[in-house]
This record gives sequence, structure tokens and C-alpha cells, in this order.
Amino acid sequence: MTAQTAPSGDLDTVPKLLARNAREMGGKAANREKEFGIWQSWSWAEVEEEITALAMGFLAIDVKVGDHVAIIGRNRPALYWSMVAAQKIGAVPVPLYQDAVADEMAYVLDHCAARYVIAENQEQVDKVLEIQDKLPALEQIVYLEPRGMRKYDHTVLHALKDIQDEGRAAHERFLPELAARAKTQNYDTTCVMLYTSGTTGKPKGVVLSNRNIIESAKSSSEFDDLNAGDSVLAYLPMAWVGDFIFSIGQCYWTGFCVSCPESEITMQNDLREIGPSYFFAPPRFFEGVLTAVMIRMEDAGKTKRRMFSYFLAHAKKVGSNILDGKPVSVGDRLKYALGNILVYGPLKNRMGMSRVRIGYTAGEAIGPEIFEFYRSLGINLKQLYGQTEASVYITIQPDGEVRPDTVGVPAPGVEIKIGDNGEVYYRSPGVFVEYYKNPESTASTKDAEGWVATGDAGFIEESSGHLRIIDRAKDVGKMADGSLFAPKYVENKLKFYPDVLEAVLFGAGTDKCTAFINIDLSAVGNWAERNNVSYSSYQELAGHARVMDVIQHHIEEVNATLAEDAMLNGCQIHRFLILHKELDPDDGEMTRTRKVRRRIIDEKYADLIGALNGEVEEIFTKTEVTYEDGRKGSISATLTIRAAKTFPRRAKAA
Amino acid sequence: MSFDQTTTTADGRTIGGPVMEVKNITLRFGGVTAIKDISFDILEGEIRAIIGPNGAGKTSMLNVINGFYHAQEGQITFRGETRSRMRPYHAAVSGISRTFQNVALFSGMSTLDNIMAGRALKMNKGFIWQMLRYGPAMNEEIKHRRAVEEIIDFLELEHIRHTPVGQLPYGLQKRVELGRALAAEPSLLLLDEPMAGMNVEEKEDMSRYILDVNDQFGTTITLIEHDMGVVMDIADRVVVLDYGKKIADGTPSEVQRNQAVIDAYLGVPS
Repeated sequence: MTAQTAPSGDLDTVPKLLARNAREMGGKAANREKEFGIWQSWSWAEVEEEITALAMGFLAIDVKVGDHVAIIGRNRPALYWSMVAAQKIGAVPVPLYQDAVADEMAYVLDHCAARYVIAENQEQVDKVLEIQDKLPALEQIVYLEPRGMRKYDHTVLHALKDIQDEGRAAHERFLPELAARAKTQNYDTTCVMLYTSGTTGKPKGVVLSNRNIIESAKSSSEFDDLNAGDSVLAYLPMAWVGDFIFSIGQCYWTGFCVSCPESEITMQNDLREIGPSYFFAPPRFFEGVLTAVMIRMEDAGKTKRRMFSYFLAHAKKVGSNILDGKPVSVGDRLKYALGNILVYGPLKNRMGMSRVRIGYTAGEAIGPEIFEFYRSLGINLKQLYGQTEASVYITIQPDGEVRPDTVGVPAPGVEIKIGDNGEVYYRSPGVFVEYYKNPESTASTKDAEGWVATGDAGFIEESSGHLRIIDRAKDVGKMADGSLFAPKYVENKLKFYPDVLEAVLFGAGTDKCTAFINIDLSAVGNWAERNNVSYSSYQELAGHARVMDVIQHHIEEVNATLAEDAMLNGCQIHRFLILHKELDPDDGEMTRTRKVRRRIIDEKYADLIGALNGEVEEIFTKTEVTYEDGRKGSISATLTIRAAKTFPRRAKAA
Repeated sequence: MSFDQTTTTADGRTIGGPVMEVKNITLRFGGVTAIKDISFDILEGEIRAIIGPNGAGKTSMLNVINGFYHAQEGQITFRGETRSRMRPYHAAVSGISRTFQNVALFSGMSTLDNIMAGRALKMNKGFIWQMLRYGPAMNEEIKHRRAVEEIIDFLELEHIRHTPVGQLPYGLQKRVELGRALAAEPSLLLLDEPMAGMNVEEKEDMSRYILDVNDQFGTTITLIEHDMGVVMDIADRVVVLDYGKKIADGTPSEVQRNQAVIDAYLGVPS
């Protein structure tokens, strides 16, 4: 890789950024958390004191340079501080997905040989204790919430607060050691290790250096002019690279304030109270909010409903143009301003997006209608394309060049090339150091010149220089007759209907495409209520003939649009069924970031796939399910298979 | 009461001497005898269950303990104070709180207000001050709000803080009711079928909250419950009633083996 210089002022580690922030803007809010119904706030100076005390407490329990400290819990300031405290003494924080079941955690904790685990509460501690026998390296467990923990054996268990107090008491004694530890860290030592969610196979530990994180944070902050006045809500999993970049990287670089919600389920409400100016969410979130809004509007009074659809239609016409600074007539502007007072403003406030200056969505493709909906309201929603291995940023959409079908131009400092098979490669200062204890995978992903394979197939649009992603490179296949099979593309089209939560397309190597559908319980449930369709369970609703009719109608609409596409018209869905259960990460059917794991679905539902490819109209099936606490059970159902209308292929290049 | 009765349970909780002694209680409604000559005690810090088939007199017993019914015979000693008659108000002042078999919340009020209502006894400022919501009354309200917020945090009710309880599902209403009882900072908590009508998951959650209350605040708990599995799991000692009479008293495993109890639940072959 090309040589890069360290940033000015010797800001080459996160703790040094912290020291700078405490020095230069000590009184400014750095973290907020809602607790006991009130937003508690910590200034940068206070955060530095908390982190220093924690770091000394870690010294007191003998955390060594290079030790892995696992962090398990939802977004809490104390857990973010623990990560930086670990960095301060030369240890490496390893955040884990908090909703992972014990067995999944066992693999990661064992792989990184974590000596210390910092768990949020009793639930997480219980999980770690359950797998303790499989973790020879594990020495101490630290917990944040003391509730329910009084009866536990406290020889290896500590409250984080006690450790922090111990650190405070030993302040003088540990000062020289802390200074010595700081000297062991530089721009090329490890900042954090993040496990990829593993769409394929076991999770891999991605080692990111201070250089990776700080360079990415710096260039992305400059790109969008992020500054200390911005505010974000941290609610995405701490184990996800995006959250680390936003809540640690950019937060420490620019000094903006990161707020943490009161609990997982109050997030939407907390979002409204905080009103962030910089907001990130996966497409699923935006879809969910839109679905909720639409359901509420369907239940609203007639006048409201008419006003809503009238002004929304106007926003659709001119909203995006106003946002992009394109010419719009005075009359339309006035009407838009009126709509802003009557509809858009209150709606944005309801969604907690009144103050959003920059919004991003990534991880999956977002439906053009959904994307346009938010933009037409005046929310500057953009797309970016990234990976853990790239410290998030690969491509990003600049203001004024936002389109739903591309993922933008290469981010600052990133080079992109397209391989012979259509796979996208990139090279940047954010490129990861290595996969931990996995040189083979490192070598097969990153070549000697620093180019990294994304595993996604795509191309660069010549007219605009934007990158377009088609699908996972390995998922793009050929059907029996040789036409292109791109499942994700079709699935996304289906998922843009609020009724469809998830879709899985099959067809590689066969002559006809078929699909599994998961219905969205809230959307279809509401529809059922309004149409007098009674049901007692998810399973019953999913199997209802009228629900099948609705879904069939959606599929036929998708087929009609596919018929127009010269490249993908082979992907029309011939037969489909509605699954009797939601695809679930607990059952291994999806990753924790909710991406479909095709291989596992192929194995698990082989009987259903076989039936789809055959002629039968009904099939009985029994499926194993895993409950949230790890117990297993099974559900069985008889599923109906329907044929959908397909459309003749249009002649190529008319 | 002697001081040498302190014991420690297997899971490390401390159980002290009796806080309440119920002696020879008999309760009649006209000619019907609901409870006949029942005596038992409740120890400091324990979870004491009262079980029995339908109509055994469990709820009546609880109503006698918190002064809702007045027993014709017998006496109750609570923290050294013996009485034969007491009003619910006095019970509440002396540190006894309860929940009801059929949820009895103010359904139009929010979760927050309902739990706040549980602190009514602890509010000292007069009506006028409260109406003005100014100065000392405001300080008092802030103090109590903090206590209520701690309960909301403890019972994980944050997301429904401002929701009218009438709109909540049954399981959550039960939890709010527990919150209101806790708001009075009771030393003895009476729970009348806290898990009636709940599904397995809700029952597990509620059991955990009950154990946590007992563990964290050291609250003595007396509960009536139909679900035998739950009782056997969480209770330290169990009283069994049948037709208004006490037929057994002891640890869950002792009670389970007791022939009279088995007969009462399964019927006696004739």
C-alpha cells in the first residue's frame, strides 16, 4: 500500500482523539443516554475522566497489551467507554452481537481467546456462563447492570462500576503504567476487531488498525462536512462496523454527540426526542417506518387522508428537485411550503427526522419508491456502499447526485476496479489489516497490491461514474437455458411491497424460477382487519387463500416489469409459496444483519424447493425452530403452492 | 420474637424471624364459613405461597391480612403489633401493599400516573400546594417521580410510560399493577394470582420480577397462585388451604408429598 502520513497533532489513536476533545471542547456534550426518563449527559471532559478510571480499573484486573476484551450489549455509553478504555491500555475491544445465542458467541469468544468479557446485564452474563466450559481463555466477566446478579459467584464476576471505582482509587499508582501503555499504541496497531456477520460459513475476525478507522472517519466527515454540532442516535448493533465508525470514529474525530436510547423498544420515541442531524439506518428501518405511517393513515379520518395523499403527490412531483436545488416554479414552491406546514413537517417530526441533515442507508438495496418518499419530504437520504473490510466506505453518493439505483461514486481515497467476472474490487486507507488467525482467507480476499474483493458483482455507469451493484457475485448464476439469474434483484422488487417482508428466489440451473415469500405481519394483519379476514396465528394468516391472492397479484406485477428487462426476463416467478414461519437469525436462516443465508435455506427447506419445482399443489412440512432462549421445537404445516402468471419475453433491444 | 431464627437459603438470601403471625383466624359471611381457624406465619424476606383448589379461601385470607375483610375470630400480629381489626389504610401505612386477582388499575391513566398513584401515601404536601404544583410541591413531585422512574426501569416499562393502561395487553397491566404496589415501598407484598391468564413466557418474566423484587429490595412476599409449577419454583414455604381449612404447611417438596394435599387436588377415591 502507498505510504501515508500520520495526521497532524499526533492524533494517531482513538484515546489521543479523546484527549484532544477533552482539551479543546471539554464542556461540550459527548454522550447522552436516557435513563429514569431523563436524558443524562456527559461532556467530553467527563467522558475522559470516566474512560481513564475504567482504563485504570482494567489495569487493576490485569488486562495486558494485546488482550481481547469482548463487549456484549446494546448501545450504552458505558460500553463505548469500555472500548476506548481497553484501547487506552493497549487491549483490543471485540464487540459482539448481543442477540446472538450462546453457541454463536462461543465460537467468537473462543476464536479470539478473549480473557475478559464485558456484558451488559444478567441475560448476557448467563449466556457467557453457559458456554464458560468451552472457553479456556476466559478469566473475568464484568457486568454493567447489577440487577439480579447478587446471588452469582463473584470470584470471577465484577460490576463495571466497582472496577471503575477501583481504578479511581488507584489513580496515582497506575499513572506511569497508563503512560507506558499509551506508548505501545500507534497508527498501525489494532484499533478494534469486528466479526463479520458471515453470510457464508463461520464469522471472520476483521482486524482494523487505528489508521483504518481514523482515516475513514476523517475523510467521510470531510465529505459530508460533519462537525461538533451534529448529533446522532446510536441504536445499531455495536458489533457492526458502521456503528463503530459513527459512534467512535466520527464521533471522536469531529466531537459530535452520540445519544443512546433508553431501551431497544423505545428507540423510535427516543429518536423523536433527540432529533438527530446525522442518521443512519438499513433499508429495513425505512421500510418499517413507512409501513407504520401508511397503516396509521389508513386508519385516519377522511379529511386527513385526503390532505395526506394530496400533498404527498405534490411532494413526489417537486420535493426531490427542491432538495437537489433544481429549478422549480414559484407556485410549486409555495404549495410545497404549505405542505411542509400541514403534512411533511408533522410527519417528519413523528418519524424523528425533522433535523436530519444527512441520512444514509446501506447494507441492502432500498426500494426506489421508499427512497423517493423520504427524499420528497425533504430528508436528504443518500446511499452508500461499504463493508467491514473497508472500514465501511467504498462508494458514497454526493449531495445533488443521489439516485435510487446506484450506490454512488468512490469515497474519498478509495480506488475501484471491476474484475473480469464482474466482481467489484477496491483499495483504500480503510482496507483491513487481516482476518484474525485466518491467513488463507486474508490471502484470498486481499491481494499483494492491497486490492480487496467485495464478493459483489456490479459495473460503473459510464455516463455518471456511479457504481451499480447487481447482486452477490456468487449468487448470480445461470438458469438451465443460459439466461441470467440474479435473485437479489427480483427479491428486492418483491420486498418493496409492504406486505412482503422477505422473499427468496430459486432458479439457478433450473428452467423456471420459483420463490418463498414471508409476509409482513403488521401490514398483512392490518389489511386482514380491514377486510374481515380472521386468523389466530401467523401461520394461519400466511396460509389464508385471500392473502395468497394478494401476494400472487404482487408477484404478477413484478413478473410484468421483469418482462420489460432484456437481461433479467428469465427470472419471472412461475410458482411460489408463503412460508409458515418468519425466516429468523436464531434458526440460522438469516445473518444477524438480516441477510438471507441461501445455503442453509437450500438445505433446510429442500422438500419445499423440490415441491416448487414439481407439479404438486400442496405439501406437508415440519420445520425445526429455535426459541429466543435457545430451546428448540418444531412446527408443521401444510402449504399451498400457487402458480403465477408470467409474461412473454420482449424482443431484445427493441 | 427471638433473634436466633435467621437462616440462609441455598441461593444466598437471608430469611429472618416472623414478620407476621396469623392466629386462629375464622371468617364468616352470614352462615358461610369462608376461613376456619387458620394459623400460619410469614418470615422476614421469604416468598410465602398460599395455594389451594378453587373456593379454598385464599383470596379471603389475603383480604383479611390487608384489612379488607374483618375476621370474626383470631388475631394478626404484624411487626409486633397485634390487632383483630384493621382498615386497609392502616395496612398500607404500616407497609403492606397488594395487587388484585382482576387487575384494578385506573385504565384511563398512563402507566406513569398509575404507579405515581401508588406513592400517594408518601406525599405530604397539602391539596392546595399540589394543585399549584409549585415550590415544595414541585420538589416533592420530582422526588417521587424519581422513585417511580426507578420502578419503571426495574420492571422494564419504559416503552409504555405514557400509554394509557387500558390499551395495554393483560400481561403488561399485571406488571404495571406490581409496579404500583412496589411504589409504596412495602415491607410485605401481597400478590393475588400474579400470573393468572398469562402465557408461559409472561409467567417466566413475572416470576423473574418477583424473585428480583425479593432479592433486590428484600421485600417479603406472600402470593396466591394456581400454577403449581411456578409455586414450586419460586416459593420458600407453602400453605395449603382446602374448604377454608389449612391442610398443610411446609417447603414445596414437603407439601407436594403430603397425602392430604394430593387428595384435595386430585380428589379422594371413594
